[in-house]
Amino acid sequence: MLLAYVVRRLFWSIPFFFAVSLVAFALIEAPPGDYMTTFAATLAQSGDIVDQERLDALRERYGLDQPFVVQYWKWISGVVRGDFGISFEWQQPVSDLIWERMALSVILAAATLLFTWAIAFPIGIYSAVRKYSIGDYFFSALGFIGLSLPNFLLGLVLMYIAVVHFGSDVSGLFSAEYQQAPWSWGKVVDLGQHLLIPVVILGTSATASLIRIMRANLLDELYKPYVTTARAKGLSEWRLLVKYPVRLALNPFVSTIGWAFPQLVSGSVIISYVLSLPTAGPLLLQALLAQDMFLAGAFILLLCALSIIGMLVSDILLAVIDPRIRYR
Amino acid sequence: MTAAVLDPRAHPSADQASQWRLMWWAFRRHKLAMTGLVIVALLYLVALLAEFFAPYDPDAAVARHVYHPPQAVHFFDTAADGSWAFRPHVQGMRLSRDRFTLQTTYAPDPGQKIDVGFFVKGTPYKLWGVIEMERRFFGTVDPTQRAYLIGADRLGRDMLSRVVAGTRISMSIGLVGVGMSLVLGIILGGLSGYYGGWIDATVQRIVEFKLAMPTIPIWLGLSAALPMDWPPMARYFAITVILSLIGWTELARVVRGRFLSLRTEDFVTAARLDGCSERRTIFRHMLPSMVSHIIASVSLAIPGMILAETSLSFLGLGLLPPTISWGVLLKEAQNVRSIAQAPWLFAPGAAVCLAVLALNFLGDGLRDASDPYAQEGR
Repeated sequence: MLLAYVVRRLFWSIPFFFAVSLVAFALIEAPPGDYMTTFAATLAQSGDIVDQERLDALRERYGLDQPFVVQYWKWISGVVRGDFGISFEWQQPVSDLIWERMALSVILAAATLLFTWAIAFPIGIYSAVRKYSIGDYFFSALGFIGLSLPNFLLGLVLMYIAVVHFGSDVSGLFSAEYQQAPWSWGKVVDLGQHLLIPVVILGTSATASLIRIMRANLLDELYKPYVTTARAKGLSEWRLLVKYPVRLALNPFVSTIGWAFPQLVSGSVIISYVLSLPTAGPLLLQALLAQDMFLAGAFILLLCALSIIGMLVSDILLAVIDPRIRYR
Repeated sequence: MTAAVLDPRAHPSADQASQWRLMWWAFRRHKLAMTGLVIVALLYLVALLAEFFAPYDPDAAVARHVYHPPQAVHFFDTAADGSWAFRPHVQGMRLSRDRFTLQTTYAPDPGQKIDVGFFVKGTPYKLWGVIEMERRFFGTVDPTQRAYLIGADRLGRDMLSRVVAGTRISMSIGLVGVGMSLVLGIILGGLSGYYGGWIDATVQRIVEFKLAMPTIPIWLGLSAALPMDWPPMARYFAITVILSLIGWTELARVVRGRFLSLRTEDFVTAARLDGCSERRTIFRHMLPSMVSHIIASVSLAIPGMILAETSLSFLGLGLLPPTISWGVLLKEAQNVRSIAQAPWLFAPGAAVCLAVLALNFLGDGLRDASDPYAQEGR
């Protein structure tokens, strides 16, 4: 039964991938003109003579003059083989540029997700059990502020405090000596130290909403008859709490992977730009502004794919944990 | 707090009160939500009369006042002989430039006091671009002088005037965007919930698909597709459409959920058996009982739109100068060097937080008040 569900769910995600790739390609195709227009404008700005024939030759070489469907087919058949085309701006194959940045994006999102859970889980339980205590009000207030503060503003404020009061720069993901160095244990440790601030910034709003969800769910469970029964049977408060209501209230944590992961990945675009982290975000933004279509397309496609995988994982996990889901 | 008196169920006329009156009673008890309501109302008032509330023309640049620091208002003026009088003023500042490093600093100029007041005659302006006016809510008594309550930006433009001018765009983009997504949400959610079957399945697939898309890269891609040379108004509407394309799913889900639960209610079945047309069943019998719920969801959706516009404009892909919105203003605060020199560039950020917080509280209060089954003390 479970296996059948997983297979059906996997099968369902194939049309999703197809639709997503279509949307991604339509997005990068949408701007009027193409990279050659931008290229010509840059050349004209620096005073060079724009050679129309050369531009046309380049257009033909990259297939930019062909209809949408043909271009899409060329692109997607390349992507399936791992060839994302060439970046006009960098004059390099896109696949050389993206993988390390995508990996760092995923690491950042995963670290943030773990951070969010580690913070929200105990606080949510505390807020529900000690309803209307000072601590509950304190965390509720903190949560509301976390929800209302735009991420990038929090980043800017933290950067401002770090620069003005501590004289240190919090931007980047690596110290100067590790920037170009190959991967080593030292570099991993260095990355971990630099991850803290982006993780906190990125995690605040998700943590805030998760605390609210956890609190509300647990409050729904806490006053149900089975809790009273367990208490009447003499179970200690702590065991009773962890064994029954918390287990049921845990569902949102699993189902959040589905929406939290894509949100974190896409939210990190802005944070990475503000803190100049070497993740996918800043390069995507630059590529979009320069109409570097294959580079932008690869990023959008991969970010969408990550989201779909996140949904898939959370659906399957939910089915494993909660058997009611499978029969829906 | 005499909760017993304000409890709607304890109210003597509670059995005759209309649904809206009951909601208002429940809402009034929610103090944070009431505060939110007042702040939101004030913000929209400022947005409506932005030209009147701004002390100066937000685009007027004064080269002598580049990065002018904020000035505090002093209420009492003391003369040399020790006498004092009520005379609100700010301390004038003088610009000096270090001879070697060329760094500019502002120092208070003791001889110079700039009188300020409410409802003063300022530089002439046109309210809504039509009505010619001179009075401004607040400003310097002498219109040729300038006072900066929250500082000036890199071109010597008054930040307060700019934040006030940004209120109009930023607050309205939330309303217009939510309005558009509401139309989409009600149509699709309503169809899906009322008819069910394959229509429901299709709409649900679309919603799921949209939820699986990472929003920010999609926004960025869509906004990057807008031609940079569009006039400001066209861009404004294009951005609103983009934001509402992302925002409708939540509303559609709410509407669908309500329709699904109402469809099986007895009074709907009764209406149908009485021979009401489909349109009458929906608009006369079903819609009224979910209006309150929809209003609450709408007020909770506005802050998201405001935040989205701010982020997009901050990245340079949303609204562009000379349009003034909070996001456009925050773009100035983008690099560490300029905010280290002029921390007051964060002021639009404070405005964003205030608006979002107030709208969230308002929405929370409305949601609780619109739920007839809400339990006391939850």
